[in-house]
Amino acid sequence: MRQIIKFLEKYRYFLLFLILESFALFFTIQSHSYHRSKFVNSANRFTGGIYNKLNSIHEFWNLKTENQRLLEENTRLKNILSVESIEIDSSKHYRRYSYSSAKIIKNDYTKRNNYLLINKGSVNAIVSDMAVVNSKGIIGVTKSVSNYNATVISILNEYSQINAKPKNNNHHFGTLSWNGKDYKTVQLLDLPRQAQFKIGDTIITGGKSTIFPEGILIGTIKDFEKTDNVYNFINITLFNDMSSLSNVNIITNLQREEIQQLENTNNE
Amino acid sequence: MNNSSTKHIIWFVLFVLLQVLIFNNIKLFGYINPYIYIAFIFFYPLKKEKGTFLFLSFLLGLCIDFFSDTGGINAAATLFIAYIRLSVLSTILGKNDFDFLLFNIRSISFGKSFLYVLSLTFIHHLVFFTLDYFSLHEFGSIIYKTVVTTILTVFLIYIGIILFTKKR
Repeated sequence: MRQIIKFLEKYRYFLLFLILESFALFFTIQSHSYHRSKFVNSANRFTGGIYNKLNSIHEFWNLKTENQRLLEENTRLKNILSVESIEIDSSKHYRRYSYSSAKIIKNDYTKRNNYLLINKGSVNAIVSDMAVVNSKGIIGVTKSVSNYNATVISILNEYSQINAKPKNNNHHFGTLSWNGKDYKTVQLLDLPRQAQFKIGDTIITGGKSTIFPEGILIGTIKDFEKTDNVYNFINITLFNDMSSLSNVNIITNLQREEIQQLENTNNE
Repeated sequence: MNNSSTKHIIWFVLFVLLQVLIFNNIKLFGYINPYIYIAFIFFYPLKKEKGTFLFLSFLLGLCIDFFSDTGGINAAATLFIAYIRLSVLSTILGKNDFDFLLFNIRSISFGKSFLYVLSLTFIHHLVFFTLDYFSLHEFGSIIYKTVVTTILTVFLIYIGIILFTKKR
């Protein structure tokens, strides 16, 4: 007994170090697994509040470019409205997605795995696994949600695996991933070798998940690497400038519960 | 709660706010982000109780983690350099001119204090990026990012030291 106490006494700082370090490593490993919700995240009231305050100052700087982007989006949407015929037969259409607005209050693109923070949370009916986009294209997927804030897994993250395809191709899909190097470029992986495309082609979301609707813009093909006729990766230049993001849309899939229920019954 | 503890708590909060509100937004060339908050580790007096110091460094890292959604990466790296600080310092200074009680970063020669800051920063960043990438596959990227970020962090910390500490 005396020996144990002596041992503890002698190595108490080392033991304290080990205990605290294992806590830190536990949080780290948790953050590297997609399916577990994270305990350490910035969506809590305190950090969210500080980022909200900071953003109200920061917002000022890119007001001009943001206004320009919103104006362009409005023009585009008005043009679409003016083309479509007025004949509306609501029985022909059903609504699959609804859009709501939010603001990015914390942006990050320098890390290997980047997370953003938005100023909407569970009181605004945000849940995890919702698509985050703006008029130029895809941004990410919501993850941890608190009352007034939510974190977003940026597409500049190893763990964002988004289904994507070339725009002129309806049969071949790949997975969007990021190699952690350049924030302007992401990679398309696992595209089958039969897929036809050329450099400069547009890549859009494939719509094969409950998160993203089909046809959200991603970017254009920059170059690709091929060994034995199989594509290793295809570099895609993003349409979005991930270093300056402000106003975004959150997409709610209105059929999500139904699809998930179906999937669950299939699994049983 | 004496005067010097209050001072260190103020420094603690100040370093968290400085890191989160200002230095997390530097993003030089789009991928280099300095982590200046570890200067807290360099300045914390050696004579203070070691248990409190380890706990404070863990907490400091965790605060940064909460703000930057990095899991426990900052906490792990900061705690690690806090634990090895004394051994690194006694190795650099040698036994004879190592005054445990009166240690101050400006009281030792520039070369030695630079080596102290540089080595601890490098180790912190190495642990940080290893945990960030979490794969030995990307070893090249880990080393590259560690080196370029260390250069920026040490540069900024030295500007801070020159501007805000008195020469003894």
